[in-house]
Amino acid sequence: MRLPYFPGCTLHSKAKGFDASARAGAQALDIVMEELPEWTCCGATFPMAADSAMGLVAPTRILASAKAAGKLLTLCSFCYNTLKRTNRVIATDAERRRKVTTFIEEDYQGNVQTVHLLEVLRDDIGFEAVAGRVVKPLHGLKVAPYYGCLLLRPADEMGFDDPERPTILENFLKSLGCTVVDYPHKTECCGSFVAVSSPEVAQGCSARILEAAVKHGAEMLVVSCPLCQYNLDRAQRQVQAGGGPATRVPVLYFSQLLALALGCDEACLHLEGHAVDPRPRLSKWLGQTSQATALV
Amino acid sequence: MILQHLKTEDAIISEIKEISGVDVRACYQCGKCTAGCPLASAMDLMPNQILRLLQLGEHEQALKSRTIWQCASCLTCAARCPKEVDPARVMDALRTILMRRGAVHLEIPKVPAEVLAEAPQQALIGGFRKFVGY
Repeated sequence: MRLPYFPGCTLHSKAKGFDASARAGAQALDIVMEELPEWTCCGATFPMAADSAMGLVAPTRILASAKAAGKLLTLCSFCYNTLKRTNRVIATDAERRRKVTTFIEEDYQGNVQTVHLLEVLRDDIGFEAVAGRVVKPLHGLKVAPYYGCLLLRPADEMGFDDPERPTILENFLKSLGCTVVDYPHKTECCGSFVAVSSPEVAQGCSARILEAAVKHGAEMLVVSCPLCQYNLDRAQRQVQAGGGPATRVPVLYFSQLLALALGCDEACLHLEGHAVDPRPRLSKWLGQTSQATALV
Repeated sequence: MILQHLKTEDAIISEIKEISGVDVRACYQCGKCTAGCPLASAMDLMPNQILRLLQLGEHEQALKSRTIWQCASCLTCAARCPKEVDPARVMDALRTILMRRGAVHLEIPKVPAEVLAEAPQQALIGGFRKFVGY
């Protein structure tokens, strides 16, 4: 399967491990992620002011560049949310569609379906098939899935999963052999972009999530958004400085566990640079050449 | 506050509706938005109080509140509102009104160097859009 892929502003720099591990994991499952040519930032936030079309320009241009395929793959929750919601406006609001497509000189009617890699794994590959390709089952690893906001809300526009009780990450983690930790804060906000204006406020939001996950037995959290990763991981760097949460739990992208379990080259994982180093807990599976890799 | 002051229509209520599509008069003050708001502890007025002030025509008090700049657009309130009022959209509309008047909540040179260096690009772009404007 070949899918046009939009990495977005963060995945080639601050979230290299997300990009590289997702590409490697997808490849191991025979999905080829073809990066869009000449892409730009999507604007990061969906413009909620309905009387302006300015914020729709960049995401519409990105969507239009995938119109031949009719599908566009993303990884980052911000991109996924912005592109999907923008597309709905373009598909349903003739006035704003005319305004935006005239401005960007594109004939685009809103036919592109934005898909997240987790959806591709669930709907096109199937989690059972993913489980069948696992060469290093992550047995014994207690992982708390963290959804955050933008994959799920607004539910009627995103249609990603149940907004109050999602299960896609849980089923994904089970397919890798992990033990899934259930806890009450998996859809609470990590503080998002408030991290820029009031870092201490975002830290408080993240602390509540981390403490709940650890209290329920989590050894690790997985996320699908570089900003969630930053907020949750960074909050724990304040422990020594004081004022931070009393937890030391690594925060990984779901794709890093995918690539690890599928036996991909460890260079794609980029496990370095975390405030809480995940490598000690993953040592059992690291530096171990899997049979499948050895056979290739 | 006296109920006879309840405004059925005023310029700000119309402006919010034009920007966000939300009619703040639909709110019946159940408080679910405030109950579920993860940022409430950093707010001076609760989200339902902002809506109430708008209904009462006390919009200047709402506009000078710290609350509207603390909203992270996580949409938990929107998901739970039984009247489809979507307080997060109202917060965005209030920010938009202020930024169109020239307000700048976030002065970029004052963002800590460590945040500028380490935060993912999406946080900076998202934050600048929400707090500085387009």
